[in-house]
Amino acid sequence: MDFLGVIQLLDSSLRLATPLLLACLAGLFSERAGIFDIGLEGKMLASAFFSAAVASYTGSVWIGLMAGIGASLVLAAIHGVASITFRGNQLISGVAINFLASGLTVVIGEAWFSLGGRTPQLEGAARFQEITLPFANAVRDVPYLGPIYADFLSGHSILVYVALALVPITWWVLFRTRFGLRLRAVGENPAAVDTAGVSVVGLRYAAVMICGVLTGIAGAYLATALSAGFVKEMSAGRGFIALAALIFAKWRPWYALGATLLFGLLEALGNRFQSLDLFGIPIPTQFMQALPYILTVVILAGFVGRAIPPRAGGEPYVKER
Amino acid sequence: MNDAMPKWADIVLIPLINLALALFVSGLVVALIGKNPFEALYILVSGSVGSAYGWGYTLFYATNFIFTGLSVAVAFHARLFNIGGEGQAALGGLGVALVALSIDWPHWALALPVAVIGGMVFGALWAAVPAYLQVRRGSHIVITTIMFNYIAAALMVYLLANVLKVPGSASPETARFIEGARLPNAADILPWVGFSRSTPLNVSFLVAVLACIGVYFLIWRTRLGYEIRAFGHSEPAALYAGISPVRITMLAMLISGGLSGLMAINAVMGEAERLVLDPVQGAGFVGIAVALMGRSHPLGVFIAALLFGALYQGGAELTFEMNGMTREMILVIQALVILFTGALDNMVRSPVERMFLSRRRQPSAPLPTTPMTPGGHPDDAKVEP
Repeated sequence: MDFLGVIQLLDSSLRLATPLLLACLAGLFSERAGIFDIGLEGKMLASAFFSAAVASYTGSVWIGLMAGIGASLVLAAIHGVASITFRGNQLISGVAINFLASGLTVVIGEAWFSLGGRTPQLEGAARFQEITLPFANAVRDVPYLGPIYADFLSGHSILVYVALALVPITWWVLFRTRFGLRLRAVGENPAAVDTAGVSVVGLRYAAVMICGVLTGIAGAYLATALSAGFVKEMSAGRGFIALAALIFAKWRPWYALGATLLFGLLEALGNRFQSLDLFGIPIPTQFMQALPYILTVVILAGFVGRAIPPRAGGEPYVKER
Repeated sequence: MNDAMPKWADIVLIPLINLALALFVSGLVVALIGKNPFEALYILVSGSVGSAYGWGYTLFYATNFIFTGLSVAVAFHARLFNIGGEGQAALGGLGVALVALSIDWPHWALALPVAVIGGMVFGALWAAVPAYLQVRRGSHIVITTIMFNYIAAALMVYLLANVLKVPGSASPETARFIEGARLPNAADILPWVGFSRSTPLNVSFLVAVLACIGVYFLIWRTRLGYEIRAFGHSEPAALYAGISPVRITMLAMLISGGLSGLMAINAVMGEAERLVLDPVQGAGFVGIAVALMGRSHPLGVFIAALLFGALYQGGAELTFEMNGMTREMILVIQALVILFTGALDNMVRSPVERMFLSRRRQPSAPLPTTPMTPGGHPDDAKVEP
């Protein structure tokens, strides 16, 4: 593979890492506040469907994005009610949300469009278009740096840049603001936060809703930027991979960027090399397709090291036990 | 568990209210997409239990769900959340198919016990890896079992498309099993009931009933079952009592995976009579809902599995009879059942508890607490990774 091939590979890695990054940051907010969320997958799927459906009705991808975020927020609210207000099991609530999303998207999709669960193909303003960064065409001929800027960094949809910008923003919110300090505290020791007179319930709801907004953007990106329309089960386990990336990143924003880029690279490699000969042994396509899942397991098992999750994660907070 | 309310309320009343809520919201969804929910309910019920034909399918699906429900339930008792039933059942299918295709079986009664072992071993092995990674490497069992579902799907596509398919055939499936490795269906055994010749209900149903009884004895009548429950209730206490978390996690997951793998007896050997792509059809996931509704007790699992069997068969009829209705409607109902019985349990439980407390005029003397009651279950099916 030559230099341009590498650039193309990195370019598609970034594209594929974006939904993972958004979902990973979403999970970061939720889990830092002590709410496990395996419903990332379902929220992404619901948002993907509603963003594509509304974008195809209205012809505006921005209204679609809002609808997607709205759908994701509804599911986030259900998760919040179940796991914060009624102190239910957070894993079970997440599983329910995943099934709810994969059922509802097809049922409603079939009722609205009768296309076997798909939405119509999105075109023009109903999709997020690629943005060319300033001077991208001018510097293309500069050796090495030119293609890196023009082909790797430039030419993505706005949501890719939003996702990248959210990394420092998340870091700043969590580690440099009062809200962030309280949010992290509520995931470590909710009783202490409560004693200080800050609402545990309020903080946790805030975290769950931020998580809803971010997974909403991730889902909208899948359906309106990465592809042109919704397809049944299009999230394809990305919500779970994002969770694995979150553990790999040890619940830190900058590490999350690295972890999701790695998973994006794996997926890009799987797409690029559909069939591969390794030392004369043909590697089956199915293996390449399963590669992200296999490596998720390998990374979780072998390379995480000591990852310490937020201490109160997964436990409902009961005042005056 | 506390004694704020009588036991029947906990076991019967609350699941029924939860189910009613789930069905009510499902009705709203049906109304939302412009269909008549009462008509849908009528088709659902008459399609599933209104005829011998319907019963044949209802009990066939229920057989699958008993196995996967027991699988999730056993793991729940050890406070493990096994979402990998789907992949474990797929691998179980491989085990069953390998047994069925290996030799010329003279009679199904000989093939069945070996196939049971084949399905259980393959299912258990597929569960063993996530279990081992959880206890030794600390990787989250929920995520690894989900990943193993995807990996199993890819593996089965590869095997069926390249290794196991009939040479020269285009369709990714194995050859049909020989006569001696096909299970007799309900029409063969009970010819007078009126099941159609092609009914999928087969002798696996009896295996499923035996599995229920077996799990009951395992969990409440053996030392291992006691250790599993003790571990599920409190890991530190179990550790203090000399119970090894590694051993219990491994064994509970092996049993859980084995039960999921057993499902293939029904789906592969009983119905398809060959290994096809995805014989599991989501049954691994239904097991979660079944175990939650059945409160992780074999009898509860049995009843919940019948209910979901009816739901699946009725749902299939719904897709035929109602224009614009898709099979995924079942998934919605299933999700709502999991949501209401699993996650929103306290929403119903607290008001019902209050009602019982206020009806109790004077506080009765505290009953002597029995150390263990048969039929007890992990505290609200609380699961921790």
